[in-house]
Amino acid sequence: MMFWSKKDLLGLEYLTQEEILLILDTAESFKEVSSREIKKVPALRGKTAVNLFYEPSTRTRISFEVAAKRLSADVINIATDTSSVRKGETLIDTGKNIQALKADIVIVRHSCSGAANMLARALDISVVNAGDGWHEHPTQALLDIFTLREKLGKIAGLKVTIVGDIAHSRVARSNIWGLTKLGASVTVCAPELLLPAEIEKMKVKATSDIDKALKDADAVNVLRMQFERDENAAFPEQLDYYKKFGITEERLDRAQKGIIVMHPGPINRGIEMSSGVADGDNSVILEQVTNGIAVRMAVLFLVAQAREKIKNGDID
Amino acid sequence: MAILIKGGRVVDPANKIDAPMDILVDGGKISRVAANIDIQADSVIDASGKIVAPGMVDMHVHLREPGREDKETVATGTHAAAKGGVTSVLAMPNTIPAMDCPEHVGLLKEIIKRTAKINVFICGTITRDRLGKELSGIEELKKSGVCALSDDGDSVDDDKLMFRALEEAGRAGILTICHCEDKALSGKGVINLGFNSTRLGLRGISNESEYKRIARDIDLAGKAGVPVHIAHVSCRQSIEIIAEAKKKGIRVTCETAPHYFSFTDEALLGYDTNMKMNPPLRSPEDLKEVKKGLKDGIIDAIASDHAPHTENEKDIEFERAAFGKIGLESGLAASVVELIDQSVLTWPEFIQKAALNPSRILGINKGTLSVGADADIMIVDAGKEFVLEKKNIVSKSKNSPFIGRKVKGLVEYTICNGKLVFKA
Repeated sequence: MMFWSKKDLLGLEYLTQEEILLILDTAESFKEVSSREIKKVPALRGKTAVNLFYEPSTRTRISFEVAAKRLSADVINIATDTSSVRKGETLIDTGKNIQALKADIVIVRHSCSGAANMLARALDISVVNAGDGWHEHPTQALLDIFTLREKLGKIAGLKVTIVGDIAHSRVARSNIWGLTKLGASVTVCAPELLLPAEIEKMKVKATSDIDKALKDADAVNVLRMQFERDENAAFPEQLDYYKKFGITEERLDRAQKGIIVMHPGPINRGIEMSSGVADGDNSVILEQVTNGIAVRMAVLFLVAQAREKIKNGDID
Repeated sequence: MAILIKGGRVVDPANKIDAPMDILVDGGKISRVAANIDIQADSVIDASGKIVAPGMVDMHVHLREPGREDKETVATGTHAAAKGGVTSVLAMPNTIPAMDCPEHVGLLKEIIKRTAKINVFICGTITRDRLGKELSGIEELKKSGVCALSDDGDSVDDDKLMFRALEEAGRAGILTICHCEDKALSGKGVINLGFNSTRLGLRGISNESEYKRIARDIDLAGKAGVPVHIAHVSCRQSIEIIAEAKKKGIRVTCETAPHYFSFTDEALLGYDTNMKMNPPLRSPEDLKEVKKGLKDGIIDAIASDHAPHTENEKDIEFERAAFGKIGLESGLAASVVELIDQSVLTWPEFIQKAALNPSRILGINKGTLSVGADADIMIVDAGKEFVLEKKNIVSKSKNSPFIGRKVKGLVEYTICNGKLVFKA
């Protein structure tokens, strides 16, 4: 049996198939905790986790907070609009201050790609990436993959389609790395301008034809369209997007029966998907939220344990 | 004060010399070059087993003074140059204030006179404050002693203004150097556009943003009938366009920098901000073509684009970090590893591109070991392998992409105008 040796979780690109499976298996064993009457295990008792969020986020931050608390860790939330970040403190300085407070894990969300990598290099304590720019959002992809595996029993051989603004999506990138490493075949579907350069080199198929992308798919992961971004000025008509790419009952009827519909939230109903699809039988959107807790418990537990081993010189 | 350099392999492409020779330096000049010089000198340097060559002429250096003395000064930058075997630099004009009028040039000349350890030539701006709106007084800049013009860091977007600049520079008999970048295309990009920008989730800078502007500047220079020099060429299409123009007889020259033949955008995968520069590190195909362009003679010169930045400007989120890296102290060693050891260039060819050609392009009397020439010499232990370490950097800024890299070719002595300015 392999063991986890990394103090940080920065992205799924950096993990092996075995490491991803280890997180999923660990999450499986933690899932049951949330259904107990007393939803708590002492795995991280005496440890402190800090949520350092430079971008607004409700669901990811709360999910991490719940996960840490169910492991009995103490949790501190730093909202950057009220901290000294506003006074011009650099990310590394903020990180070093958190480390000096003897926290054990920093969970960081940042608008700049690579922010978590940079912080992890500068700190001895664990860094968990809760989303950096367009780069990676590993725990989101892990909970997507966890949910898929739970529903379909496996990942290898599955056909998974990711629809939406692929170019600016960290969720897409993490899902691509994770799914392909586990042997799924991935198709990304977006308007031409929202497909990033040389995306095929990530071992995916790319298309702008949604019906083609849904044909034969076992699951479709629908990304949130962020029309507020400058980059999406290329696609000004929200209604137009819905017509061309929205996941509707009619489109699902043409797809494989039982196709699983996922969404990382928050949903724009009537833009990425119809309400009927969001609330329909194929949707696992709320199960994803529940599974997010188990996956984040697994991640926090594994990185904290690895860091403990590194500190004791058991691994380097 | 006479210096006798004995027994080295003298590499002097200007005189087609590549042979064991002695060199006598006296009165700041090369006084004799011969197989065996037996004479009483004030000091004798045993150069046996070493390369003795003209000091390098780096035609693309940001010394940052005046204005950003926190990054570099003339004193620290020229010290770094001396350590790297560079005896002449062309100081880029994006200082504060910019080198756009004789008063500002005078200010810098004064600083150079007081603090420079090697020869510093000054580049003036093409437009006032490098804003691309109105031309600098090109004629009077020339009279104040600048030896080229460039808005480095920016390209002059307005075609008509650029054409007028080239014409005026031609009339004044001064070279125009172009930073070729169409910012409408490069936009907010921070690394090369391609698989790696996709992977890292960073905005890309296309090859097109560089080569399209090169094509425009060559076209304008051709129409004006004046020479033009293209700075920091990084990609394959740029080289093709320049090769084509040369074939047509347009007077275009160009330079590349050691990082473009040492690294590809794979080096960015850890978000190392010392690998962030403009133009960006490109693809393996581009790197291959840069080397080929050097070998084929399309690329005339090697220049560092030494661009010092403080740690405050580099040790931050990748997309917010400053573009640029230092290079004065690593250029030679990087070239030995990537060009000479890989048979891209021979030693004489390398010296031609690192010393002689830049001098000719700029019209300065440097880059040779001819008798009577200024005694600017480097003595190099070409086989010496070492790791470039941050703690050994003498430049005021430490933003080198070569830190931790194993390289080869150590500068042992640098002599400038007959004076020993560096000894390892």
